[in-house]
Amino acid sequence: MDILVCVKRVPDTAENEIQLAGSGADIDREDLVYSVNEPDNYAVEEALQIASRTAGKVTVVTVGGDEDEEVLRREMAMGASAAALLSDGAFQGSDGRGTAAILKAFVQSQHFDLILTGVQADDGCAQVGGMLAAMLDYPFASLVTSIEVQEGRKLKIGREIEGGSKEINAIDLPCVLSIQTGINEPRYVGMRGIRQVASVPIPVYAAEDLGIAAATAGEGAAKVRRVDYFVPPAGKGAEILEGSREEIVDKLMGLLKAKGGLN
Amino acid sequence: MGQGIDSIAGATYWLVRGRELFLFLHLFGLACFAWIVARRLAPLVHARHDVRFDRPPARLARVLQYWLAQWRHPRYRFAGALHILIFAGFLLLASRVFSLLAMGVSDRFATAGSGGLLSVIRSYACTVVLLCMGVAIIRRLVFRPARYGRPTADPIFLLALIGILMAADGVFEGSQVAFHLKETGRAELLPPGSLSWALQAAFAGAGLSALRTLHLGAYLTHEIAFFFLLCYRPFGIQFHVETSLFSIYFAKLDRGTVKPVEWGVADEQLDRLPSLGVKKIEDFTWKHLLDFYSCADCGRCAEQCPANTVGRPLAPRTFSIKARDYLFHHYPVLGSSSNGTPLVGGLYSEEEIWSCTTCGACEAECPLLVEYIDKIVDLRRGLIDDGKAPQSLHKPLKSLETRGNPFGKMEKKRAEWAQGAVPVVNGGGVNTLYFVDSITSYDDRIQAIGRAVGRVMSRLDASFGILGAKERDSGHDVRRFGEETLFLALRDHNTGAIRSSGARRIVTADPHAFNALRHDYKDLPPVEHVSQVIARAVRSGELRLNPVDGGVYTYHDPCYLGRHNGVYDDPREVLDAIPGLHRVDMKRCRDRSFCCGGGGLALFYEARENERMGVLRVRMAAEAGASVIVTACPFCMVNLEDAIKVAGMEGKIAAIDLAELVDRQMVPPSTRVAAPAALSRVAGPV
Amino acid sequence: MPRIFAYIVHRSGVADDTAAELPVAGRKIDGAASATAIVTGWGADLDQVCERLRGVYSEIWKIAKEPLEYPNAELVRQALASVVPRGSILLVPHGHFGVDLSPGLSIKLDAAYLPDVVDIEGVEGAALRAVRQEFGGQVSAHVLCDLSAGAVLNIRPGAFRPSGGALTAGQVVDKSAEVGTLTARRRYLETIAPEAGDVDITKEPVLVSIGRGIGEQENVEIAQDLAEAMGAAVSCSRPVVDARWLDKSRQVGSSGQTVRPKVYLACGISGSFQHLAGIKGNPFLVAVNKNPKAPIFRVADVGIIDDLLEFMPALAARVREESCVPGKGRRS
Repeated sequence: MDILVCVKRVPDTAENEIQLAGSGADIDREDLVYSVNEPDNYAVEEALQIASRTAGKVTVVTVGGDEDEEVLRREMAMGASAAALLSDGAFQGSDGRGTAAILKAFVQSQHFDLILTGVQADDGCAQVGGMLAAMLDYPFASLVTSIEVQEGRKLKIGREIEGGSKEINAIDLPCVLSIQTGINEPRYVGMRGIRQVASVPIPVYAAEDLGIAAATAGEGAAKVRRVDYFVPPAGKGAEILEGSREEIVDKLMGLLKAKGGLN
Repeated sequence: MGQGIDSIAGATYWLVRGRELFLFLHLFGLACFAWIVARRLAPLVHARHDVRFDRPPARLARVLQYWLAQWRHPRYRFAGALHILIFAGFLLLASRVFSLLAMGVSDRFATAGSGGLLSVIRSYACTVVLLCMGVAIIRRLVFRPARYGRPTADPIFLLALIGILMAADGVFEGSQVAFHLKETGRAELLPPGSLSWALQAAFAGAGLSALRTLHLGAYLTHEIAFFFLLCYRPFGIQFHVETSLFSIYFAKLDRGTVKPVEWGVADEQLDRLPSLGVKKIEDFTWKHLLDFYSCADCGRCAEQCPANTVGRPLAPRTFSIKARDYLFHHYPVLGSSSNGTPLVGGLYSEEEIWSCTTCGACEAECPLLVEYIDKIVDLRRGLIDDGKAPQSLHKPLKSLETRGNPFGKMEKKRAEWAQGAVPVVNGGGVNTLYFVDSITSYDDRIQAIGRAVGRVMSRLDASFGILGAKERDSGHDVRRFGEETLFLALRDHNTGAIRSSGARRIVTADPHAFNALRHDYKDLPPVEHVSQVIARAVRSGELRLNPVDGGVYTYHDPCYLGRHNGVYDDPREVLDAIPGLHRVDMKRCRDRSFCCGGGGLALFYEARENERMGVLRVRMAAEAGASVIVTACPFCMVNLEDAIKVAGMEGKIAAIDLAELVDRQMVPPSTRVAAPAALSRVAGPV
Repeated sequence: MPRIFAYIVHRSGVADDTAAELPVAGRKIDGAASATAIVTGWGADLDQVCERLRGVYSEIWKIAKEPLEYPNAELVRQALASVVPRGSILLVPHGHFGVDLSPGLSIKLDAAYLPDVVDIEGVEGAALRAVRQEFGGQVSAHVLCDLSAGAVLNIRPGAFRPSGGALTAGQVVDKSAEVGTLTARRRYLETIAPEAGDVDITKEPVLVSIGRGIGEQENVEIAQDLAEAMGAAVSCSRPVVDARWLDKSRQVGSSGQTVRPKVYLACGISGSFQHLAGIKGNPFLVAVNKNPKAPIFRVADVGIIDDLLEFMPALAARVREESCVPGKGRRS
């Protein structure tokens, strides 16, 4: 089974403190560490496991610029056999829909049985996978936590829903799935592995190569635009207890008793 | 031939003469032995290269110390004494093996070796060994020391066989002397109290032909037992009788460091290797395979191993024995070799390999100098190469790569703790570099140790500083967890920064950094641990310390300061220089110190265990009567303070770092010694 | 102004809380408008929901088709695409279903899509100005969404509190006939409920809840100790379950359990909305966190800035002390 995984290079939020840069036009990116979006990494691991069970191969793709190549290389070090960078000045300022349109053009230029994305990235939109599926007219499922390949070009998948329950579906191939973290345990990629793919050439596709019309991607085509970043005013918020630890424990004890927190 | 007793070669055994029988037996026995040994050496030929033939004088010295003088054995007094006696007996008896064998084939050796001092010594040796066999068997069956596990047949069988060998020797001599006495009235003096002496008296009433039968029978028995043992030993733990000399001669000379990925392959060329680390058994070096053969399964390592003690799925001896059995199975004496299967996932579990804290207790204990840390690291290298790092280590490893520390904190904030406390080297020209390393730089609690070290150092050295944001993690545990490529990157970066600082010496308070800079890094100025610097200042009188009042202090030896680097006395000297400080040592101290739980990446690894190592250690301190544990390692501090909470011993025992204690008790440069500081509460950090 | 629709999520005949929240969002877009509810489903449950919605919406479009008995987003998408007029604004609750439905729906409707909206500021020309969050909630962003071809807006549950306004007498309009045959290449098979854990945290009145700040597996016992002292149960946020330190049955949040305690101690929890979404009933919320900027402090009643590994044992010791004093009542 040939699988395509769409990945994105994002700031590592677990380790970074995100702060505004000056007026709010952007966040302060100076000291940020970037890496592959965590759910995308789980998706690549899942793809590699499925590919090894079905004698297929895994391709990773991203929409961006030169600086985004490093995540493609990392996923190749993990085991993806091919990568593609979709890059063109005309793609700048694309919204989610634009990104999906660009990916759609790439998908249609090749053949894939299955397309995976991570459930969401740094902007928390969780949209590209679903949009891509609709544009390709493929079935779609989000928040996938298990995949079982079945006979007859189908998959049996599990989706995460409320209350910790799992919704089991059958879905036809080709399809698009967005993958939730925790679906597997991604393998470790060490420095050595990355060094070994450091000079593998990665093909770059521009708008022309993909046959993308100007109206479908880029700033002009975007229906959603971010105006600025800001930190909302704190509002009332919590009453912060002051004093030494003993004093705070005292005060808390009083409050807990009053609110029925101690049995 | 005659009815005499003195010729074995001439005697008749059923239809065969002794000469032919024993010629055949001896040659056959030796041939079998040679074949077996050759088959046992076969995997070593396929194994990886090792550098073990250098520095013969040092190696010979070790043979004298650890093999001949059995240096490690008395660490377990009773078993050690027993073994020393047996070993000495074997050596003494071995001196006459040749003549004993020869006398079955040629009469020229018939009476060789009888009489004289040597003969007396040999008789007693034989007797002692027999008695030791008896004691050893009783010990295994009745007293059952825990480290032997449940009694199994094989060791008892072997002990009994050696006993039979000794008994046969005694019967051989005793019957001969009794025969002579009976036949000619000539009395030969046998060493009183020896086995043959006792037997000779017991045989007094026997007839000549009975004695002759006994004598010839004893010789045959002896020869069969001898060759059976010779050929049987390579099939089990007794092979150590032959291999111990070699395992000790070829043992690792350089302490503290880890072997390179492959001997003969320079660090820069690692990228060209198709695979790193050990994945199949032939990836081990020949010396490591020899180690597997040499393990006597005595269990001393397992008893000292902290991982084993807390219930992790790792015991050093089991590690060796499993590999040995694997070699026996895949490189059999009879039959052809079969292809090996991957080690981890088959012979070893991944958990087993990650459980080791590299504390070195096993290596410090083993009487055969079997090595473990290099093997574990090599297996980890193999796992990392295949992408199999434990999930809990992915983030810290990634952070080490991108941020130079495992906590994910920003590299530019590495020296924030030092602001106002310790100068940062800028440009060069500093005499002493204080290498801080990651945990002291970023952990809120441990930063206090850094500041204390800063204050102590500024008292003792006018020109010192830290690298600041230019410093990265020393990479000590990155290396020991198998990520060699990342380690090399960290090492190269730090080496450059250290050289640019122009420092002529390096001081650190972190034993892991100490060990790395001293052994894993190359071409650096001399490195010392802060306890050594303080000890020197205390000895010279440069530093004086105020008295303490009350409390019982014990010193916990950090693995990488004590065992791996031999620094045991300096920290104790510093403590003893504090007036009024009552110090006790825990039962397990110095090179028997019990690991706190591990440092570096071990802090992030989530092991499945019954208890935490730190908790056991804190209880040991309490058992020794201590109210304060002093340590000289930030990781020990983290683990012990954590353990005090988990064990519910807050208020009863506290932990303090040596530098913190010295900082607190330092007499300022021009004041008189103060009155004893009242210890109103148990010592804690500043 | 385009017409505003609100998609209603329901289960077992009861509409989700978001059903009352969406009209509030709608009024922030167009103060004069009143949203039309769209409900899909089948059978008595569907009828019951529509009936109850009459008190909240003036017009309710009912789509009753047997294949929609279980809300399969692929089928619901087809149904909505047949029925929703082009150029409308459709409000959908953001969650497991919304994320499954809306991105593809926006393409089918050829409309704009705005996910996880937390606030709406108004319409500027042909664009809607709204607020979203990025980077795990660490920063907010103002966004402009082009309404000229309509839009699908996924609204964050709990972001728009219903005012409890006047009851309307809504009309149910059956639109089922406008939807043709529904076929999808994704078929619902079954739902697997999580294994019951040893403790049902949804029934507990007091919860000691831990998050990523607990640091490592071995520290979980510190929380268990405090819970035991207080007669409470231990719950947690997602990272603790992902790391396999606690069972999934202990997870509070949108992909875990919904709890309604009287008192909730959030220790080392940053306060992501997915976690907070699992806390209902407005309990007394105490937050203990080392980071004074943690979002949880915005929603907690009482905040304590301290290392939870130090604070929790101190509190546990105090609780035990108190309960040993006679006459203070026994702990359960």
